Amino acid sequence: MSTAPPLTPDRKLPREHYLNATYGIHSWLLTTDHKRIALLYLASVTFFFFVGGIFATLIRIHLLTPTGYLVTPENYNKLFTMHGVAMIFFFLIPSIPAVLGNFLIPIMIGAKDLAFPKINLLSWYVYIVGGCFVLYSFATGGLDTGWTFYTPLSSVYSNSAVTPAVLGIFINGFSSILTGLNFIVTIHTMRAPGMTWFRLPLFVWAHYATSLVMVLGTPVVAITLLLAGLERMFHLGFFNPALGGDPILFQHLFWFYSHPAVYIMILPAMGVVSEIIPTLARKPIFGYSFIAGSSIAIAVIGFLVWAHHMFVTGESTYAALTFSFLSYLVAIPSAVKVFNWTATLYKGSISWDTPMLYALGFIGLFLIGGLTGLFLACLGLDIHIHDTYFVVAHFHYIMVGGAVMGYVGGLHFWWPKITGKLYPEALSRLAAVVLFVGFNLTFFPQFILGYLGMPRRYHTYPPEFQVLNVMSTAGASILALGYLLPMAYLIWSMRYGKIASTNPWPATGLEWTTDSPPPTENFHVTPQVTWEPYDYKSRPELGLAGGTAPLAPAHGDD
Amino acid sequence: MHRTGELYGQFETLEQQKDSATLGMWVFLVTEVLFFGGLFLTYAVNRHFYFTAFGVGGNMLDLTLGATNTVVLIASSFTMAMSVWSAQTSRKKLLPVFLLLTLVLGGVFLGIKYVEYKQKFDHHLVPGQSFDLTYRMNHPAPGDDPKELAAERREIEEALLTEDPANPQVALVALNAHAQLYFSLYFGMTGLHALHMFVGAGLLIWVLKDSLKGRFSASYNTPIEIVGLYWHFVDIVWIYLFALLYLINRHLG
Repeated sequence: MSTAPPLTPDRKLPREHYLNATYGIHSWLLTTDHKRIALLYLASVTFFFFVGGIFATLIRIHLLTPTGYLVTPENYNKLFTMHGVAMIFFFLIPSIPAVLGNFLIPIMIGAKDLAFPKINLLSWYVYIVGGCFVLYSFATGGLDTGWTFYTPLSSVYSNSAVTPAVLGIFINGFSSILTGLNFIVTIHTMRAPGMTWFRLPLFVWAHYATSLVMVLGTPVVAITLLLAGLERMFHLGFFNPALGGDPILFQHLFWFYSHPAVYIMILPAMGVVSEIIPTLARKPIFGYSFIAGSSIAIAVIGFLVWAHHMFVTGESTYAALTFSFLSYLVAIPSAVKVFNWTATLYKGSISWDTPMLYALGFIGLFLIGGLTGLFLACLGLDIHIHDTYFVVAHFHYIMVGGAVMGYVGGLHFWWPKITGKLYPEALSRLAAVVLFVGFNLTFFPQFILGYLGMPRRYHTYPPEFQVLNVMSTAGASILALGYLLPMAYLIWSMRYGKIASTNPWPATGLEWTTDSPPPTENFHVTPQVTWEPYDYKSRPELGLAGGTAPLAPAHGDD
Repeated sequence: MHRTGELYGQFETLEQQKDSATLGMWVFLVTEVLFFGGLFLTYAVNRHFYFTAFGVGGNMLDLTLGATNTVVLIASSFTMAMSVWSAQTSRKKLLPVFLLLTLVLGGVFLGIKYVEYKQKFDHHLVPGQSFDLTYRMNHPAPGDDPKELAAERREIEEALLTEDPANPQVALVALNAHAQLYFSLYFGMTGLHALHMFVGAGLLIWVLKDSLKGRFSASYNTPIEIVGLYWHFVDIVWIYLFALLYLINRHLG
């Protein structure tokens, strides 16, 4: 690192900020401050991440040997189901929106809080209540239906604790809906003077698109799971063919939400990457309006592709063709983003700080995940690789390689703002590399396994698949280390980290103009926005790629 | 966030606050449309699959009570609209009157709904072990109109012929199963709607309390407006439910 002086020479925490404004357990559990609620979410989604992670660990240990002697077949079914439910509904979907989005959106648009602070707190409590139901299901018999809850397995035949799990996810859905509603209204009505739509950070655009999906999709899965739950409790027949119902209808309704839900996970991560890349390449983002528009396009097209999960259910060829074509269309806005990020990097003054490592990792992994998605959208090929490890690898590249990379990268990027402290840079770069290596070693072999025909959700496999499975399990252990490291040093840095300046990277967003950590009201005076987003050209004091202004180092004397 | 008068701390102006609340309610209503949408789709698919059985189910409903409830609910929408008008024009005495009328009409609706549910329960039309489409025609109660019973019997017999003319026993099992689907949806949809009516009644009581204190006027009436939006939405849902559940293929009185 260079030895140029930091932007704020006197590194002291502000005298009063949102973390020390009030004290006591009540001041946290009854807070309406979006920043504190974000931290409540941070703790809770981390908890569920480890719950889901423990299940994943057990799955990978079980699959070390072809016969799998760790758990019984029934318990294996429960492991992958509970892994999916904990990770998808209680970690991935709320992760970036409810933690980073909650913390940043009001600050990024120059507002004092979200439009409905009490509803924001309510949505955290709803999440916790839903989470308790699901944990209750895990603890009392577990859940073995797969995270997809296909009927009539879930509604009639399963002997596991399906009812509390379904109710928990139903309840949790309202947390998502309320968060999305709050974001949409906030972005519409709470922007500071001068913060026009096309001056919004791309992170905000991504969250606007995400919120649309949350608000339009979640109620559908809520009513669907409610119907499946009622069917199980009262022996009704909506989705049970023995009683005249239609199980395929359940799949349509389920995927109408659950495919767009993938975009709830990936769009916010794309928002994070769109912030990190121009900042750490010191260049205005290339194609701002295209990146913003492509977020909306992904959200809209995402609603029209759900039946590509059902190519082998016997749906009509014409329907399948249409859904295949529409699924290919999603690649266009996704590629628009990747090309624009790459163009932003081109001739940029790239610094290899940790968030940048995550952003670059995101681009590569998302690219693999996205392109293999096209394999699966292809009608003929999908017959071959449907329900194999190819699918598992594909969506883990999107959800873990994409969404989680974005989340961890975003946590690092805004950590100085959230806590007022810097994380240890050298260690965090190491962790980013460990994560990247561990991830690829875990999931790349699964592409090959799937292509060779290993079905997902099986507790045994033919011996010739063992080498690749052992590689995958080895990768998973490295991956676990890659998650434990940031967890350890981020917590460590909250107490022992160096004090961060107001704008350590430095970046152009409004959140970097206020204290680190910000005051409860976010800004001491309501900001007036007079500059365009990512405009390093007219703000030479922040440094510019190819310019002569000194680049302020992120971590000074690190 | 601190509150100054009617203005919550996160907002700069009352106008911004009102815009936010109104937009928030509209977005919420959109989610409600999608929420009911799942049920409407399930209904539509099954109505298409089992047109005859759903027709029989619909004819078992009490059209008089359903129609009365429709009128009651439309009237309550009118009084709700008058409440909003009263608030916007600062008619502080009139406002609680209209709110109370809306609440009473909502109560009448739920009362009539209770009577209908009770009837279905007595006729063994609640889905479950004891569901039996033919229960009423085989076990007439003393007060039942014989003409009505005969019409019901004819309706079921015709449906059995459509289902499976060769084998009436098999046809009856199928008809019962499919009619049970109809009644599952009937109770699901009207039950969810009734739940929304209870929430609406709660909201009305909340604004009624404040309106008695004279809190609402031309300058501040956001809660009345958003409660009004919600109430009208619940009303519109019923109009669809009435048409879909009571009126399609209706020929019994």
